Amino acid sequence: MSEPLLKLEGVHTHIGAYHILHGVDLQVAQGELTVLLGRNGAGKTTTLRTIMGLWQASQGTIHFEGADIAARPTPEIAQAGIAYVPENMGIFSDLTVAENFILAARGSRRIEDMDAERLEWVFGLFPAMKRFWQHPAGLLSGGQKQMLAVARAIVEPRKLLLIDEPSKGLAPAIIQNMIVAFRELKRTDTTILLVEQNFNFARQLGDQVAVMDGGRVVHAGTMADLAGDEALQQSLLGLSLAAHQ
Amino acid sequence: MLNHLLSGDLPRSRVLALMLVLILAGLLLTPFIFPGAKALNVAAKICIFIVLVSSFDLLLGYTGIVSFAHTMFFGIGAYGIAIALTRFGPTWKGVAVGVVAALGVSLVLSLLIGLFSLRVKAMFYAMITLAVASAFMTMASQFSEFTGGEDGLSFKVPELLTPGFSLREAPFLGVSLDGKLITFYLLIAVTVVLFLVMLRIVNSPFGRVLQAIRENEFRAEALGYRTVSYRTSSNVLSAMFATLAGTLLALWLRYNGPDTSLSFEIMVDLLLMVVIGGMGTLYGSVVGAALFIVAQNYLQDLMKLAGNASAGIPLLRDLVHPDRWLLWLGILFILSVYRFPAGIVGNLRLSAWRKRTQAPKEG
Amino acid sequence: MTTPSETAAVQAPEALPVVHPDRLPLLLVPALALLALPFVGSFSTWVTLTFAGLAMGMIIFIIASGLTLVFGLMDVLNFGHGVFITLGAFMATSVLGLMTAWTVSGSLLLNLVAVLAAMLVAMTVAGGVGVAYERLIIRPVYGQPLKQILITMGGMIVGEELIKVIWGPQARPLLLPTAFQGSILMGDAAVEKYRIIAVILGLLVFAAMTWVLSRTKAGLLIRAGVQDREMVESLGYRIRRLFIGVFIVGSALAGLGGVMWGLYQQSVIPQLGSQVNVLLFIVIIIGGMGSVTGCFIGALLVGLLGNYTGFLAPKVALFSNILLMVIVLLWRPEGLFSLGKK
Repeated sequence: MSEPLLKLEGVHTHIGAYHILHGVDLQVAQGELTVLLGRNGAGKTTTLRTIMGLWQASQGTIHFEGADIAARPTPEIAQAGIAYVPENMGIFSDLTVAENFILAARGSRRIEDMDAERLEWVFGLFPAMKRFWQHPAGLLSGGQKQMLAVARAIVEPRKLLLIDEPSKGLAPAIIQNMIVAFRELKRTDTTILLVEQNFNFARQLGDQVAVMDGGRVVHAGTMADLAGDEALQQSLLGLSLAAHQ
Repeated sequence: MLNHLLSGDLPRSRVLALMLVLILAGLLLTPFIFPGAKALNVAAKICIFIVLVSSFDLLLGYTGIVSFAHTMFFGIGAYGIAIALTRFGPTWKGVAVGVVAALGVSLVLSLLIGLFSLRVKAMFYAMITLAVASAFMTMASQFSEFTGGEDGLSFKVPELLTPGFSLREAPFLGVSLDGKLITFYLLIAVTVVLFLVMLRIVNSPFGRVLQAIRENEFRAEALGYRTVSYRTSSNVLSAMFATLAGTLLALWLRYNGPDTSLSFEIMVDLLLMVVIGGMGTLYGSVVGAALFIVAQNYLQDLMKLAGNASAGIPLLRDLVHPDRWLLWLGILFILSVYRFPAGIVGNLRLSAWRKRTQAPKEG
Repeated sequence: MTTPSETAAVQAPEALPVVHPDRLPLLLVPALALLALPFVGSFSTWVTLTFAGLAMGMIIFIIASGLTLVFGLMDVLNFGHGVFITLGAFMATSVLGLMTAWTVSGSLLLNLVAVLAAMLVAMTVAGGVGVAYERLIIRPVYGQPLKQILITMGGMIVGEELIKVIWGPQARPLLLPTAFQGSILMGDAAVEKYRIIAVILGLLVFAAMTWVLSRTKAGLLIRAGVQDREMVESLGYRIRRLFIGVFIVGSALAGLGGVMWGLYQQSVIPQLGSQVNVLLFIVIIIGGMGSVTGCFIGALLVGLLGNYTGFLAPKVALFSNILLMVIVLLWRPEGLFSLGKK
């Protein structure tokens, strides 16, 4: 097996006085969609933020394409080719949808500079973006905001997408739209690390899966194995479902 | 006994203890070893500012709130005495009315400001207090039939406190025992009492909660403390003590006006004293106030010498001009905020603590 | 944003709530002016007062705009902002002092060149000092609000003292060039020429700023950064650089405002900055911290109200700003335009 695109080894993260990650080991292979599962407070969001450099790892290494990015500032990590969709979506609500796009397209100064073909492809995935192109993003519905957040991450090709709970709080119809979009993304060989609580959603998309608990990865394997093994699901995720309902 | 008086908060540094003893002794002996009105005035000002700076530290150092309205409460105290004694004449009843009325006004105002704006970010609070304080100063200089306007109010104090009053015909050790001297020692006594009360407050469970909030508001709230009410109480307490300091000022000067007690320069001085002395320890306020006021009154003399020596050199001459002393203190202030945020006292305590903890290993 | 409109809004029938941007605060300025008319009584006096208020408001806006943006972008509140105002004003006294021959000549062109030179030098120097100030005063205590308040206040003290070292502690005259002196008659109302110039200049600065913030990528990044700093960084932009840029521009604008303020008052004192500081804070609180439009409206309201009440009830004028702030905050606790920061 070739070197994974992203590789975390023994990553610890402290937030203020709190020790959140206790030695995370995680690999994301090129071209695959890896789902990060686990209950609330397991450290999933912190893992994504630490990869992104928004929180500094106090220990451990994070290799992206073979280079350690653990100590780099966030903008450099983004420029290396990682896009991030945070849990709160990070929409600039004062700006229009178009302006949100242009900021995500680092290579273009103006709308006209953007790759028209790529833009059409994104519009194909999320037609609402085209429809509300000139509207302030703050006026979009929750589902449309989530689409904008994902669309922004792919407006230019990126090597790795980190996406935090895209299905959170969305209506079933919109989740379906999201699944279609992610399938299309997978078809274009995009590498994705997806944090998810909704196992149903995760099962339809994931190639690989890693389960976190207590600031560590406690299980890593293929999604097919986990989906086919009720007992394993029970032992790893039963907790999570119980904690949520 | 001493431990009890100081509420268990001992200086914990030999140098600091020595400094405090020197300051107290210096103040007590001023009339006998430094003759002249200037020295007595400087000593009195030190006393008043020890109370004022300590009360400011209660807010800034112990609670982590920056308020620029502290001189407003100082001014309210001073105006309370000034107005009451102007209206009622030089009686003790006037003094009492002045003190009580001033405390009342400060209580209401500090409560209002606190409730209105302590919920918001530190910077918001700093800005709002700045605006309120400047409005108050304008008000004091405008309602002149009440406050004497820009000229301020000169008034008579109860006879016991006047220079004309004499305890004994013959001077004692070359010092005449007049009302001024009595006032001076009363002032020292009140200062010591107020300081010890504040020391008691910051070392009480209430004071500990304040510090916990300063360190981590989120956590303190999670532990069940209602941070807003604690911060508001701290704000009110601090205002009360500042008001009392103001009443002392007016009684000492027998005069009050906007520049004496309300001006923004005093606010700046306060900041300098508390930061240079050491935030978050009341002893820092004592050291800061004493050093600053001595410097204010005597550093300028020193700079005059430097100024004369450098009279021929254009820029240097202006830099060491006696009127530019604030420049050097300002630089000292900036450096101490980011190099020595613990101030003189904090650093003294730290080095004493290091010595203590290292001594057993070495010996 | 310029965009092929064919792609835009082809069909937007469903799902989107009605667009109603918050325009209510924009009406406050004309409302206040109209409200004052019956109280002032005479129309010509009202015109004079309104122009004076607008001119004052524009100058305050130019000074305060940088302050509010710097806060919005990085949560940095610079209590030493006033230093740049004073610095700009004193630079102008020096530059115009050197060009006296041009300022007293009746030629409009020479006058104009002299004033523009003074403004340019003031802005450059203020911007340059801004670079050092950001490096020495702001950066070491970034993210520590308490220290930041104290240190920037220290910066104010030291800055003011340094200005006294360079220019002396006394007031210095800053006279308007001949061509800008005097008033013109608008109907019965005499309006000082300089006030008209100040209003025009203020509008130009506001228009330029609005253009940059809505039509350039840097401007969009600033607006985005005010809302969500982390996301801007996650998209791959160095917000520090952006911030330094905004800080420099803000300092330069404060310098420009200082020149205009000095010319308005015809003299400059070293305490100018610390005196104006309070006014600036009131304006940016009224406007909503971080909002340029809010700052613009807040500044005009403060300027107009100050002039109307100064004419009607001079004693009230001294508190009109505080009163205005309290009323606005009771109506909208976060200021006229809240930015909904996360």
